[in-house]
Amino acid sequence: MLALAAELPVYDQVTANKRRSWLLVAGFALFVVAVAVAFSYLIQAGPAGVAIALVVAIALNVGAYWKSDAVALRLSRARPAPQEEFARYHNLVEGLCIASGLPKPRLYVIDDPAPNAFATGRNPRNAAVAVTTGLLEKMNRMELEGVLAHELSHIKNYDILVSTLAVTMVGMVAILADLGIRLLWWGGGRRSHSDFDRDRGGNGGPAAILSIVGFVLLLLSPLIARLMQLAVSRQRETLADVSGVEMTRYPPGLISALEKLRDDSTVVHAHSRATAHLWIEEPAAQTPDEGRLSRVNRLFQTHPPIEERIALLREM
Amino acid sequence: MIALIVVVVLVVLVGLYLVITYNGLVSLRNRIENAWAQIDVQLKRRYDLIPNLVETVKGYAAHERETLDAVITARNAGMNASTPHEQAQAENQITGALKSLFALSEAYPDLKANQNFAQLQEELTGTEGRIAYARQFYNDTVYRYNTKIQSFPANILANAFRFREREYFQADDESRGPTQVRF
Repeated sequence: MLALAAELPVYDQVTANKRRSWLLVAGFALFVVAVAVAFSYLIQAGPAGVAIALVVAIALNVGAYWKSDAVALRLSRARPAPQEEFARYHNLVEGLCIASGLPKPRLYVIDDPAPNAFATGRNPRNAAVAVTTGLLEKMNRMELEGVLAHELSHIKNYDILVSTLAVTMVGMVAILADLGIRLLWWGGGRRSHSDFDRDRGGNGGPAAILSIVGFVLLLLSPLIARLMQLAVSRQRETLADVSGVEMTRYPPGLISALEKLRDDSTVVHAHSRATAHLWIEEPAAQTPDEGRLSRVNRLFQTHPPIEERIALLREM
Repeated sequence: MIALIVVVVLVVLVGLYLVITYNGLVSLRNRIENAWAQIDVQLKRRYDLIPNLVETVKGYAAHERETLDAVITARNAGMNASTPHEQAQAENQITGALKSLFALSEAYPDLKANQNFAQLQEELTGTEGRIAYARQFYNDTVYRYNTKIQSFPANILANAFRFREREYFQADDESRGPTQVRF
C-alpha cells in the first residue's frame, strides 16, 4: 500500500493539469482569433472579413478537435500495428490499460530505426499511441512497458488533447502569418500606403496604431505559438514520467529506457517541428554528433533534459 | 420571502450533494465488481492458453513428463478451486510451473525457435502481466472506495445505505516468498 500513499499528490496534479489544459486551449483559441482579426484588418477585409476569419478559425478549431490525431499520425508516417505482428506491444498496452482503467487506444508503428514514441487523440476513448520500430527493437520488455506507461499517462492526464490541438493551431497561425505577410508585401501595400498617409493627416491615428500592432502580431505570431507549444509540453513530460511509473509500480523500467534514449544518437526521420512536443524524447538532433542543427533545436526544447527526468525517477 | 429562498436553495444544494455522492458511491462499487471480474477474465485466458502450450512443448520434449504434468495439474486445480484461498494457491503453482516450462525451452533450441511456442510464450507472459495489473487496479479501486465511504460527510450516507468496506486482494504468504522453480 506504500505506492498508494504516494498516489494522492499525483491525483491532485492531474486535476490541476486538466484545468491548465482547458485554460491553455482557451488561450490558444483567443490567440488564433487575434491573429485572424489582425490578418483581416491588414488585408482590409472589413467587418465581413473579420467575421469570415472568425468562422474559419472556429471551423478549423472544431476540425482540429476531431482530426488532429489523424494529422499527427500522418505527419509521422505512422501505420496501424496489427495484433499478430506486434503481439508484445499489444499485450503490454492491454496490461497497462487494465492497470489504469483506460480503454485500449489504437496502436501504430512508424518504420524508423530511432527509438521514440508519442500519444495523440482528444480523449481516452479516441486516442492513439505510435512507436517507432526502433523502439520495439532496442527496448526490452520492462523498458518498453515503462515507455508505453508514459504514453498512456499522457492520455490519462488529457495532455494529448492540448498537444494535438497545439499541432494544428501552431500550423494554422503559421499559415495565416505567412499569408498575411506575403499579401502585405505584394498587393496589400495598396491599402496600407493610402491609409497611412491619411492617418498621418489627423483623425485616423488609432487606425495607424492598430495596423502596426496587427503587423507586429502577425510577424511575431509563429514565435508566440511556438512558446505556447513549449508551455504545453515541458512540465507535462515530468508528470507523465511520474504517473507512468505509478502504473507499472516499477521505476527501473522507465529509468533504463530513458538511459537508452539518452545514449542513442539516431534521429527520427519523419519528425516535424509541429509534432516535436508529442514524442517521449526530442525527435530532432540535440547534440553535435546527432546533427548540425542541434544548437538551434536546443533553444526550442520541448522536453526537460533527460538527465533531470532520470534523477527525478531515481528518487521515487 | 428571503428566508424562504434561502431555505429552498439550501434544500436543493443538500439534495444535489446527496444525489451526486450516492451516484458516485454506486459507480465506484460497480467499478470494484468490474475490476474483480476483469481478474477472472484474465485467469480464464491463462487456463485456455495452457493446453496449447503443453501440446506444442510435447512435440519437442515429450519426455519432460514431470514438468508438463505439473503445469496441467496446477491448471486443473485452479479451474476446480472452490475457495479464493485454494485458487490463489493454484495460481501460484501455475506461475511456478510455467516458469520451469519456459526454462526448459533453453535446453531445446528447436522448441525455442518454434514460431508457435514463441507466440504462446508471449501470450502467457502478457497474460501474467495483465493478471497482476488487474489485481493492482482492483486494489486501487478498493482503496478509493474505502477512503470515500470512511470520509466525512460521505460516511453518513454510506452508513445509511449500507455501503460496506471492501477487502483488498492480498497475496498470501506463499506467493510473497520466492516461487520455487523445479528443473
